[in-house]
Amino acid sequence: MSEEMTGAQSLVKSLERAGVEVMFGIPGGAILPAYDPIFDSTIRHILVRHEQGAGHAATGYAQATGRVGVCIATSGPGATNLVTPLADAQMDSVPVVAITGQVSSGAIGTDAFQEADIRGITMPVTKHNFLVTDAKDIARAIAEAFHIAESGRPGAVLVDIAKDALQLKTTFEYPTTINLAGYQPVMHPTSQALRDAAALIAQSTSPVLYVGGGVIKSNAYKELMQLAELTGAPVVTTLMALGSFPDSHPQHLGMPGMHGTVAAVTALQKSDLLITLGARFDDRVTGKLSTFAPNAKIIHADIDPAEIGKNRKVDVALLGDLTNTINGLIPEVKAAFAKSKPDLTGWWKTVNEWRVQFPLGFDEPDDGSLSPQYVIQRLGQIAGPDAIYTAGVGQHQMWSSQFINYEKPRTWLNSGGLGTMGYAVPAAMGAKVGAPDKVVWAIDGDGCFQMTNQELVTCALNNIPIKVAIINNESLGMVRQWQTLFYNQRYSNTELHSKRIPDFAKLGEAMGCAGLRAERKEDVDRVIHEAMAINDRPVVIDFSVHRDAMVWPMVAAGASNDLITVARSMAPVWDSQEL
Amino acid sequence: MSQKHTLSVLVENSPGVLARIASLFSRRGYNIDSLAVGPTENPDISRMTIVIEVEGHALEQVIAQLDKLINVISITQLDPVTSVQRELLLVKVATTPENRSQVLETVQLFRAKVVDVAQDAVTIEATGNAEKIQALLRVLEPYGIKELVQSGLVAMERGLRITEKFN
Repeated sequence: MSEEMTGAQSLVKSLERAGVEVMFGIPGGAILPAYDPIFDSTIRHILVRHEQGAGHAATGYAQATGRVGVCIATSGPGATNLVTPLADAQMDSVPVVAITGQVSSGAIGTDAFQEADIRGITMPVTKHNFLVTDAKDIARAIAEAFHIAESGRPGAVLVDIAKDALQLKTTFEYPTTINLAGYQPVMHPTSQALRDAAALIAQSTSPVLYVGGGVIKSNAYKELMQLAELTGAPVVTTLMALGSFPDSHPQHLGMPGMHGTVAAVTALQKSDLLITLGARFDDRVTGKLSTFAPNAKIIHADIDPAEIGKNRKVDVALLGDLTNTINGLIPEVKAAFAKSKPDLTGWWKTVNEWRVQFPLGFDEPDDGSLSPQYVIQRLGQIAGPDAIYTAGVGQHQMWSSQFINYEKPRTWLNSGGLGTMGYAVPAAMGAKVGAPDKVVWAIDGDGCFQMTNQELVTCALNNIPIKVAIINNESLGMVRQWQTLFYNQRYSNTELHSKRIPDFAKLGEAMGCAGLRAERKEDVDRVIHEAMAINDRPVVIDFSVHRDAMVWPMVAAGASNDLITVARSMAPVWDSQEL
Repeated sequence: MSQKHTLSVLVENSPGVLARIASLFSRRGYNIDSLAVGPTENPDISRMTIVIEVEGHALEQVIAQLDKLINVISITQLDPVTSVQRELLLVKVATTPENRSQVLETVQLFRAKVVDVAQDAVTIEATGNAEKIQALLRVLEPYGIKELVQSGLVAMERGLRITEKFN
């Protein structure tokens, strides 16, 4: 059945057919035709204050719900403001579809007003993109965009639509089947590969389950739990995977990588087999690649064939969706264990020594000022494992990954791959829209917060009561930490003076939020409880914290993971536990 | 050891495909030796013949990354032994009345063709694999090469086998 309508109506109808319930955006000249039917649509449109906010909100929504996040902007500057969030979503494999208006097809290439070649600009930072210049192609482009964004390894897709394509009449027909000759994600690993993987697991006496964000993308938590308990192996969850396996589980060693736990980092280093599930051997995890897990054989399960062997040569590749892969692996491992099951007692004894000797911790500042880690720890304890936490990028992000216990998937949203400062507030907005019954906390730095806080206006006006904890150390803390460690304490351009200017509590109030502050340890619980009780508007808390606190443990950039330090110039001494 | 590899790539014949491939090679730091693109028997599909110089391990990455592009339908690595590989050369060589016949003899020896003759130059067209083209150029060089244009390599598997099937 086909109907006569404008391209713009066809766009909105296609979005409805794709199941979109909300989109974040700002209108402008070229996209204006689309905003007329949006006015009548069942889709909720949230008018943001900056397109970057729309993009991160779509990402936060997608990460919290598992559904495709949608943002919409006009041509030129509207579209270029989406570049950062699109690159961010693509790096973290988050399904996002961006719709942008383009100048009329006849004007494309003439440097027309508000013209930017957004398809060309976003080619390297999207999974795929489209330029639509004919009204009849809109429905198919939208259907394909959603299919590409959410299937296989999810990612960002942009659909750029010329203004005249939105204005002209067409016949609406939403495709019911999509068949892209060049896009057929492999969903199931071969049974031979599964048997080979099981054989390696049955031989390994010091295995580690190296779990990445793919487990969350594939919703494979139950399967992961089964595999973990079947193998009895230690589990490490990367920054993108926190919550996919409960932090409280006795097999969980924490996060690996540059600021990972000593136990997680060292277990990977000393392991004889990494069972890699939806992780990508990122440099922040491996440290110096040539010295990473030197004795380990590698099983690498991923849905993206290009990840296999990209950074680390693998022994067995399991290509496919992780839920299918783990479900296929479990019976093979059981069969292999029936013949011989390795004894992991010695391995666990060693691992547990690392855990006991080098737990995560922090020192309270001597001068009585507030410890940032303490604030974040209390926040996690009070808000609990059902809350959703988003973070910006830097020290507060790392402390949030370390000192909050994540028990459930999709409760920890952050910018892992691109490291986008300013992610927290708009992502929290998107998460709250997607999960309105959950408490959503944005844990932000004072630097990050000043990049995207304008979206608190959007939150205040649209009944999106998020809570923001600003870990205010008056500086670009992580950069300052590197200056302390590697640049002789020469603090070039990292002082933000944000204790005085801006006044974050007042700024919050000016944007329609409740503004609170805490400067002493005894204030912390009170203000958090106060914030938890406010649900009719967003809350901003300015936590004025000690500025010299540093993130430990740390592996310096480019160094071997063997050189992990637990405090400044303090490396673990490996004596009894050398394997 | 890096060496040259020939990839035969079927792509959707849609705007921007060449830019996507060029952007991918540039972004990932792969060096294109030559690239030729043209229509196939199916008007919706184009074939690119890409020659790249990389190490064996990197080649797997190049293929995997290319394959991720939605508009790329299939990729086949062509073995120089079991495939026909050809380049097209147009070269304008300076001639004098004295040496013109020698140049024409060379053209015949290489089974090339003279496509234009002027007072003091001839334009020669030759096809062949890279070695033949290079050999011809070496012989012509002493006469004075005034202008030269060369196509990228195109290639096809020998025998009955069809490189890829597509819908």
